[in-house]
Amino acid sequence: MSTQQHTTAEPNYLEYDGKHNGLLGWLLSTDHKRVAILYLVSMVTFFFAGVSAGFVMRLVQLTPFHKMITAQTYNALFTFHGVVMIFLFVIPGLNAVFGNFVLPIILGAKDVQFPRLNLASWYFFIGGALIAVIALFTGNGPPDTGWSFYAPFSLKTGTNVTLGVFAAFILGFSSMLTGINFVTTIHRLRAPGMTFFKMPLFPWAVYATSWMQILATPVLAVTLLLVILERLFGIGIFDPAKGGDPVLYQHMFWIYSHPAVYIMILPAMGAISEILPTFAQRTIFGYKAIAFSSIAIAGFGSLVWAHHMFTSGMSDFGNMIFSLLTMVVAVPSAIKVFNWVATLYKGSINFQPPLLYALSFIFLFCIGGMTGVWQGALALDIHLHDTYFIVGHFHYVMFGGTGFAFFAALVYWFPKMFGRMYSNTAMYVAWFPMFIGFNMLYFTMLILGMQGMPRRYYAHLPQYHLAHVVATVGSWIMISGLLIFFGSLLHAVFRGKKAGSNPWHAVTLEWSVPSPPPVENFDEVPTVTHEPYHFAKEAGS
Amino acid sequence: MNFLPKASTFATQADKLFLQIFVLSLVFLVFITALMIYFVIKYSKKRHPKAEQIEGHTLLEITWTVVPLLLFVAIFYYGWTSYDYARRAPRDAMVVKVTGRQWTWSFKYPNGKQTDKLYAVLDRPMKLDVNSVDILHGFYIPAFRLKADAVPGRTNTIWFQPTRLGTYDIQCTVICGVNHSSMLSHVEVVREKEFKAWYFGPEGAPEPTAVAALAPPEHAGEPEALALMRPRGCLGCHSIDGKPMVGPTFRGLYGKQEEVVTKTGLARVTMDDERLRLAILEPSREVVRGYPEQMPVVPIGDDELNRVVAYIKELK
Ligand code: HEC
Ligand SMILES: [Cu+2]
Repeated sequence: MSTQQHTTAEPNYLEYDGKHNGLLGWLLSTDHKRVAILYLVSMVTFFFAGVSAGFVMRLVQLTPFHKMITAQTYNALFTFHGVVMIFLFVIPGLNAVFGNFVLPIILGAKDVQFPRLNLASWYFFIGGALIAVIALFTGNGPPDTGWSFYAPFSLKTGTNVTLGVFAAFILGFSSMLTGINFVTTIHRLRAPGMTFFKMPLFPWAVYATSWMQILATPVLAVTLLLVILERLFGIGIFDPAKGGDPVLYQHMFWIYSHPAVYIMILPAMGAISEILPTFAQRTIFGYKAIAFSSIAIAGFGSLVWAHHMFTSGMSDFGNMIFSLLTMVVAVPSAIKVFNWVATLYKGSINFQPPLLYALSFIFLFCIGGMTGVWQGALALDIHLHDTYFIVGHFHYVMFGGTGFAFFAALVYWFPKMFGRMYSNTAMYVAWFPMFIGFNMLYFTMLILGMQGMPRRYYAHLPQYHLAHVVATVGSWIMISGLLIFFGSLLHAVFRGKKAGSNPWHAVTLEWSVPSPPPVENFDEVPTVTHEPYHFAKEAGS
Repeated sequence: MNFLPKASTFATQADKLFLQIFVLSLVFLVFITALMIYFVIKYSKKRHPKAEQIEGHTLLEITWTVVPLLLFVAIFYYGWTSYDYARRAPRDAMVVKVTGRQWTWSFKYPNGKQTDKLYAVLDRPMKLDVNSVDILHGFYIPAFRLKADAVPGRTNTIWFQPTRLGTYDIQCTVICGVNHSSMLSHVEVVREKEFKAWYFGPEGAPEPTAVAALAPPEHAGEPEALALMRPRGCLGCHSIDGKPMVGPTFRGLYGKQEEVVTKTGLARVTMDDERLRLAILEPSREVVRGYPEQMPVVPIGDDELNRVVAYIKELK
């Protein structure tokens, strides 16, 4: 790589005092790195709010019937848990944090294309989150419909659905604007010489994701607006009593929300594709296949939404087509898994926490993906749909997948972001309960689902009791791992040993600038002449 | 699956498919995991200090694109054919109308008999026309591996042929409000003889029971009005013992003074025969203050309505 190591006296982005300082210096900064940290802090906060709700839900399932909270509260809890985790944690996900922090640097740019719009996106995000919080405490009680807001229940329930839905509507803007920003950044701001095929794989994934955010989110916005209008004025789009169609709601909802699943997972896959070459010290296996599979996932992923609706009463022909397409979309994901594993082959593997979390991602994501295929098979879906099986499945994908990839990406880029190093031991110690507890919790849910336990149930029949207890104990183990993980990272932000600019001997551009990076990232725009994972020079050194 | 009874022809098919896909997935998972662990150990920095830069291998990559594609399409195919089976009811299947409402199921047989438990005959096909009168519900019989959403304004059909006598759970799978998890019922698989004795018997003939469920019927000997209200779901929202539930209790309702919200504002009314009737026939016209506007319009005959009103009147 023709970029030199920059040693510069310029202040790093954490210390820099601009027009404003102190807290305002963060809240009004348009620096992509500071915006990324704003996202990180707010999202982790929301994540723990969601975890707490999940924790209480698991406690409730410790007893089959007599409970510590009412059924209404339970319904509000799982709605809260779903909305927070999905709209405030996994949808912004790796894109908001690492897309913001890493994308411009890895492309050799000084910032995203529209820095002010970028900050505005964060304000939409926080604004939406605030409205969601207000929805909890005003009106006739917090929404109780589940995060999917299925009509006509969402139209008829007396709870504060209107405001809750409006919050999701606002959050959509954050997502769309971020998408527009990143697509433009990738088109316009790549370093000289960095053609699309010399671009690392994380930007490829961000690129595919961003297009989905731009194209799919408006459908959600329209759907949610219609729900609001229908609640306020009874226009009768979705309510059959007024001539509407509840299945239409489901189509519109999933036309967004299925691609949203890929919005959540694609950047995670991108991060894994950065981490594996670095710790194997070799080029990625099948660069083009991975890059194109991101695009294929985005494309096919937009055409499979109705596999959430096999029991809703679609035509058999429709069900057949959507089942077939669902199988097709599994292929690019499988390709990625094979390429990742092959990237370890004949590498020189430097085993560090990011690699452990990345490999855990592959394992958990495989289970998530395969259970998805089971449900894509029509005959099995008729049994498994709307049971704990689906709950287990999407936690494997969203938490085992996106969540663990988020953790992997966080420990991978942590030294770059904060200029400090965490304790490796703490990361291994945290991993153990997290991984064991995770499987105890969610694998048990898969089993519960096969046994016929429906989701979103306040009380359960006696035959499901044992498994519920196992899952609850699993949740305690997992949460203790999470606490150790975030606790020790927080400690490292302030007290960690200083990290050098390239602790992992990685070769992508973000590692060529100091840690933490200076405000402008590069004093001299780098020129790119090689493929992104060009380890040849470093190898063996 | 031993931990869940398998009690229909479709369940046998579905479980077979399940087992095949399960084994396939397990092989894949074990293979990928073992390979990862093996590589990490074999090519660790210590053992393998210099990495080889391998950019790809066309043949290998084509293989791992085409083979999964074929496998997935095969899974699709078998999933589809079994599903197709579950959708095409034989001509001689008895058709039962299943109606979901917050928070009960009711079943109506071709001759007009109506129950809140489903009775099915061993080894005889039965087709269900599933429907809802208020919001979405999910009609699910785990032991049969079958499910259909109950959607207001449309009819979704499934069919099954029970292969084992017994009582099996019916659960609601689509969130439908506060009592979602108690929207339960049972399907009772009985012998043809017992079924016919009940089905063709006079009104009030004892309902058939499967060998497994010899317990006396839960609601034997209750007042007629209650038997009328139970399948209509009234008792899911209203109590008869004075406790408010989703709606006000029926106890002491007659003659009570209360505030109601009407289109034009608040009004004070006394509950008399006429108001009771109105409250049941047109629930949204006057909504009792402090309660949600959630009472559904439930079809009820004139005569039946009279009996319900008379019953509430007596409930002091
Ligand atoms: C989904 C729950 C639900 C079901 C099912 C339901 N109700 Fe109601 N009902 C309510 C609610 C809530 C109210 C109070 C608000 C209102 O007046 O609409 C109410 C009000 C009433 C009232 C007026 C009570 C008063 O204090 O004035 C009567 C009488 C009544 N219901 C009878 C019935 C009967 C009979 C049935 C069955 C055919 C039934 N309800 C089914 C929820 C329900
Ligand atoms: Cu229901």
